[in-house]
Amino acid sequence: MMLYNLIPLPVLLAIGGAAIALALPRRPGLQRVVSVASLSAIVAVAAVFMWFTHKNGPMAIWIAGWDAPLGISLVVDRLSALMLFVASVIALGVLLFATGQDKDEVRRETPVSIFHPTFLLLMAGVSNAFLAGDLFNLFVGFEMLLFASYVLLTLGGTSDRIRAGTTYVVVSLLSSSLFLISIAAIYAATGTVNMAHLAVRLRDLTEPVQLLLEVLLIVTFAIKAAVFPLSSWLPDSYPTAPAPVTAVFAGLLTKVGVYAIIRTETLLFPGDTIYNVLLVASLLTMVLGILGAIAQVEIKRMLSFTLISHIGYMIFGIALATDAGLAATIFYTAHHITIQATLFLVTGLIERRGGTSSLDGLGGLLKVAPLLAALFFIPAMNLGGIPPLSGFIGKIGLLQAGAEVGTPLAWLVLSGGVLTSLLTLMAMAKVWNRAFWGVTPAEQRRSDAIAQDLDPDEIEDEDTRPMPPLQVGATMGLVAFGLALTIFAGPLYEYAHAAAATLRDGSYVLAVLPEGLR
Amino acid sequence: MTANLVLAITAGILVAAGVYLLLERSLTRILLGIMVASNGVNLMFLVAAGRPGLPPIVGFGDGADDVSDPLPQAMVLTAIVITMAVAAFVLTMAYRSFQLHGHDEVADDVEDARIRELAQKDVVSESYEDTTFSDTGADVVSE
Repeated sequence: MMLYNLIPLPVLLAIGGAAIALALPRRPGLQRVVSVASLSAIVAVAAVFMWFTHKNGPMAIWIAGWDAPLGISLVVDRLSALMLFVASVIALGVLLFATGQDKDEVRRETPVSIFHPTFLLLMAGVSNAFLAGDLFNLFVGFEMLLFASYVLLTLGGTSDRIRAGTTYVVVSLLSSSLFLISIAAIYAATGTVNMAHLAVRLRDLTEPVQLLLEVLLIVTFAIKAAVFPLSSWLPDSYPTAPAPVTAVFAGLLTKVGVYAIIRTETLLFPGDTIYNVLLVASLLTMVLGILGAIAQVEIKRMLSFTLISHIGYMIFGIALATDAGLAATIFYTAHHITIQATLFLVTGLIERRGGTSSLDGLGGLLKVAPLLAALFFIPAMNLGGIPPLSGFIGKIGLLQAGAEVGTPLAWLVLSGGVLTSLLTLMAMAKVWNRAFWGVTPAEQRRSDAIAQDLDPDEIEDEDTRPMPPLQVGATMGLVAFGLALTIFAGPLYEYAHAAAATLRDGSYVLAVLPEGLR
Repeated sequence: MTANLVLAITAGILVAAGVYLLLERSLTRILLGIMVASNGVNLMFLVAAGRPGLPPIVGFGDGADDVSDPLPQAMVLTAIVITMAVAAFVLTMAYRSFQLHGHDEVADDVEDARIRELAQKDVVSESYEDTTFSDTGADVVSE
């Protein structure tokens, strides 16, 4: 079977699912079936891609039979297959979580029938960005996922969400304009936007022109990936959205930016001109991000800051420019997509069970909801990098790769990474201490009342609601997926190594372009 | 490739004007800025297309040198469609913001304001100690 014909399938499945779901606004049950089915199919296709590219190397298709290099190419190699697989698993888990909302919550959080179609369009954009073989198609993928994200972020149009959405939309529009400017500049310089073709043609340009184009693209993608100093939009905009939306944003959107940076740095600009700048940026992203996290009392905001901080690790691996560094980054990205999304879902559960997601109004959850405590504890420790979990393995890989490079700057960033890891643990411990240990705020008020000779029975409990089984189940599934990344870390790391090696050995170009154009 | 200087300069002016408007607080002005800037970017694509020629249709001209490069125009078309959708969305958001708040200004982050407030409250509180560190090693604390 000619497997490369399947490459457009993830995008088509998502868009097709979105169209069907949009046509069924009055049948929420059927809508759910359609969206779960199409996401499951994407997971299956992505798994096939992973298996096939790992065995046979990258494969490409020129859409609609246009000959290279005129048509639009879609390419899948080990990196994009892995990203697509993890992203679709997370999206599926998050969608199941969203399906578990009861009627009351649906009315408040995701009130309109467009949630499912928009969610699928977001996934279509993400898939398209991972599979795109040319820069303009990458831009289109970005626009698709951004548009879906604008809608999801401002769902219901409440005052908070409009405020948060404004910042997000304006920043995203700015980065889209920058992306278009870079594409125009690249086309003017080389006469193509196909990435494989660019890899060949960019080498002929003079050094300053190459540097200009590289910096344009990196700045564009750094805004999407939330690399310091282009990260301040993220903690402002993410926390107000509904829990499933925040989870999928945190898991996928910034990682698409990281993926684009990996592609740019390995395929288009393999030279070493800006790696030192990237190293410094990664150090600042890690340290300043985590310092921001420690200062927060709102769990969602804290997690948004840890998200920024851990993007720094991925940039660190890229900036090392070795196979080991890239392999560690790829592994870490897969790990981080899972963990960050899981933690946001758990926060959604905490918000239901405790009535708030602010540490000031939480306490004693360990006694009230031990299962919730376990669901928080595992991914939190994983994020902090406690052995033997996957976060530890990824960080060790990054640190080893940094030590192998061994320049003073690499050592400096490496120590910054260790510090960040410790501070992450501290931030997670803060959540654990204040939300899970101690007594619940109602008990606290009752004992205060007794101390002041008041009637303790007048004190009312918090506005808590039980956790729906499907939401708990979906979260458990994602925690289990995170643990699976730990258990199968050996094969996965091997895969990441092979993926990193393919990125730089030119097989991408061989797979896309025919003989005469290379 | 020959570049059209007038087009390039116009694109530059449009983008500059767009960036200036983007720095405003009102969402409507930001939107105008985005529109102006994206028109500037679209002009950049026309610059990138090189020398204009005959319409890029089979049957016009003798060879590739006689016709315009059609690819940038296709990209501009896509970009224009996306900008239109963006404009619609941002206008909706500005209107919703106007419904809710009576204006369409981009607000500061509430949480930032809360932390700033905490710091100010700390400064005026009774337990506040203004500590200055001197070179002698003795810390001066005002009571």
